[in-house]
Amino acid sequence: MTGLTATLDFANLTVGMVVAEREFHLTRDSLVRYAGASGDFNPIHYRDDVATSVGLPGVLAHGMLTMGIAAQPVVDWIGDPGLVSDYQVRFTRPVLVDATEGALVRVVARVGAIDASADGHSEARVDLTVTSADETVLGKAQLRIRAASA
Amino acid sequence: MGVNPDIAGRVFPPAEPYLVGREKIREFARAVFSENPVNLDPDAARARGYADIVAPPTFPIVVQERTLAQLLAEPDAGIDFTRVVHGDQRFKYSRPIVAGDELTATLTVTSVKSLGGHSMVTSESAIVDATGAHVVTATSTLVVRGDES
Repeated sequence: MTGLTATLDFANLTVGMVVAEREFHLTRDSLVRYAGASGDFNPIHYRDDVATSVGLPGVLAHGMLTMGIAAQPVVDWIGDPGLVSDYQVRFTRPVLVDATEGALVRVVARVGAIDASADGHSEARVDLTVTSADETVLGKAQLRIRAASA
Repeated sequence: MGVNPDIAGRVFPPAEPYLVGREKIREFARAVFSENPVNLDPDAARARGYADIVAPPTFPIVVQERTLAQLLAEPDAGIDFTRVVHGDQRFKYSRPIVAGDELTATLTVTSVKSLGGHSMVTSESAIVDATGAHVVTATSTLVVRGDES
């Protein structure tokens, strides 16, 4: 636990600091895999004909898949998913996943704020910038992280 | 037919309990590109003080989904599934979900709003473990597109 506590010493964090970043390559295979794992079998996530019939430009990634991968770099940074106290996003723009090229989703995590929580322990707010094809796809994407108990 | 505003405040019966399997967590973790040993390897999870592998932060959606299915199927709610778009999502955690948990989710409709011909239905699903202790609350806003769009 020493390493964890050292990593999460909030005294070393400053607002605006980039704490994690990662790029994900989503393919149609990724969407089928997420459909099976999550139980969300809406065909707009794997069938072009259904997607276009409801007015979409093509097959989209599940919003919850984008939310799921976006948390991953932060969880890897803190090491322990149990330190996440809150995670929220708005789905502002869909991620189009081309049948042959797939889609790149880029996640950059920055310290948004460091606060004292109600019980006197510190919490850090980490703001995620999530983009695909140069456009932001998630709004107000924020995780709150508890300081590791020493 | 639009969304019935009178469903605001309605509390649904608890959904069927969900028993969290280790392989289900692994399957979900791989689907969200997790390579974190705490999500995959029981020994790594135990070294962190957990009884078994830990679910990724968005796994509660799988448990919450049972309650959203209740909401969508509610006869007088007037929610047309084919017009539903996921607007936002939030999880507030007391602790992470761990393999072996038996979880029960109870949905409350917190608000129904109209905006530019669309309806926004916000609901909160409180998820508790077999002892009744709070694990996580999952909040979703579903946007139900209006007839003319």
